[in-house]
Amino acid sequence: MVETMILIPGRSNKQGTSLNAGKLKHEYREVTSTVEMNQDDMARLCLKDGDAVRLSNTVGEAVVRCKGKKPSDLPSGMLFIAYGPPSSQLMGGDTAGSGMPISKNFEVQVERVDVP
Amino acid sequence: MSEIGQNLRVVEHATCTFCGCVCDDMDLTVDLDAKRITKAKNACTLGRAWFAEHTIEDKPPARIDGKPATTAEAIEAAAQILAGARLPIIYGLSDTTCEAQRQAVAIADLMHGNIDTTTSVCHGPSGIAFQGVGESTATLGEIKNRADLVIYWGGNPAESHPRHFTRYAVTPKGMYIPNGRKDRYVVLADVRRTPSAPVADLFLLVKPGRDFELLWALRALVKGRKIDPSIEETTGIPLATLETLVERMKSCRYGVLFFGMGLTMTRGRHFNSGAILALATDLNEYTHFVAKPVRGHGNVTGADNVVSWQTGYPFGVNFSRGYPRFNPGEFTTVDLLSRGEADAAVIIASDPGSNFPKRAIEHLKRIPVIVLDAKDTDTTELARVAFRTATYGINTTGTVYRMDDVPITLRPAFDSPFPGDEEVLTVLKDRLRELLNEKRGGALRKAA
Repeated sequence: MVETMILIPGRSNKQGTSLNAGKLKHEYREVTSTVEMNQDDMARLCLKDGDAVRLSNTVGEAVVRCKGKKPSDLPSGMLFIAYGPPSSQLMGGDTAGSGMPISKNFEVQVERVDVP
Repeated sequence: MSEIGQNLRVVEHATCTFCGCVCDDMDLTVDLDAKRITKAKNACTLGRAWFAEHTIEDKPPARIDGKPATTAEAIEAAAQILAGARLPIIYGLSDTTCEAQRQAVAIADLMHGNIDTTTSVCHGPSGIAFQGVGESTATLGEIKNRADLVIYWGGNPAESHPRHFTRYAVTPKGMYIPNGRKDRYVVLADVRRTPSAPVADLFLLVKPGRDFELLWALRALVKGRKIDPSIEETTGIPLATLETLVERMKSCRYGVLFFGMGLTMTRGRHFNSGAILALATDLNEYTHFVAKPVRGHGNVTGADNVVSWQTGYPFGVNFSRGYPRFNPGEFTTVDLLSRGEADAAVIIASDPGSNFPKRAIEHLKRIPVIVLDAKDTDTTELARVAFRTATYGINTTGTVYRMDDVPITLRPAFDSPFPGDEEVLTVLKDRLRELLNEKRGGALRKAA
């Protein structure tokens, strides 16, 4: 099943602490490769914490692990990810003459994938 | 600074340069033998990680094509790349000192290149909005002492700037806020309920991409215009909630709107920033109101200041005609890379190789890249020439600007065997001048 959702890359505390240890290290890579998803959406997509999902759009794709958030904290249809290399794969280079690419609130397709 | 043992000392009133809060009340316990900070009193979780993890790594001072090199060899390689480039760009600068930023501007000027900072993918749209509608501003000290209504919009300070609440804007007692938190009303507007939400008396869950509409509705209500109840369907916020909020905004003694990248990074960009700045201006007809962008990196505000005082423009500045020109979308780094225009890049204290759009990163991989950084990153990995530099604020002194444009002098904790950014850039500038002088037939005069 493929669904369209809105992705919001942003800062997280764990991302901030792990980048000090090193951006090439496992903890930072793991933090920036985990997408938060509404728990009801996860149930509908037959996903549980730690399952892999492919996020894709016309720019590119990234395979990340998902983690459930309470519906009161994260509305249905919305995804949050600590920004980093995976989210960059989904960002377009057009800035509409502003210098700023659309880096939050953009649509991605979400589908479950089986990876070890 | 005080010695507390043979190999330990405490650096008092040191400054954390991890985020734009630039808290200057750190007491650092330093193990001089191990060359590491063992305790950072007053630091938040981010600050503790910043101080604990910036040690002296057993790495070479530079790499050329991935192989260890001396700093001098790397300077020569970098200068040769830049002297031969047609559109060299400089980018980053938000995690280094103003003194290093000044040298970077001089290099851009010298080589008729382009200089841009992380501001362009941070609050660059707010910089554009400042030029359009102005900024009703204040220092964080003034806000701490006076603000009784604090509104955060499109940001999550609890995770990105943990001490913003406790040191500057929510809980501290101030001259006219004697009871601290009890004397303030706090509002948070965001598209998701973040860990910052519990701090707020009122949380506004805004529909994604509807910030501009909501801000414009607030402006209309401030001016006494009628708003259709369908605003709730458009923005997610009931009209009655907005009317109550506007009454509170008009009747407070001192209000502040702090805004984050939930406004600048989304559709609307500088129009969103312009809307919140204009709302603050409108409210000054009734009371005192200010608006401040919450800035991310430790000296991104310094980068705006240095580039502005040296070129007249805050970011996205091009010297290819021999004088500075400013044009976001043309001279901003994402655009220059995504369009494949830059043919060499100097990346200073930032990591576009990790955070830029895919197309821009692909172009960075095609051109010679020179990087100055204290740590290994995705950008150092793709660099032709990579300098390992000392960490500002921990190993080097210098000046940084807090997010409210207040300059602060850094107190370093221990020495580094690696050179600072300013040192590398100064030597690079001198060598580049020599090469360009030869190339341009001795036309370049020796600058002071």
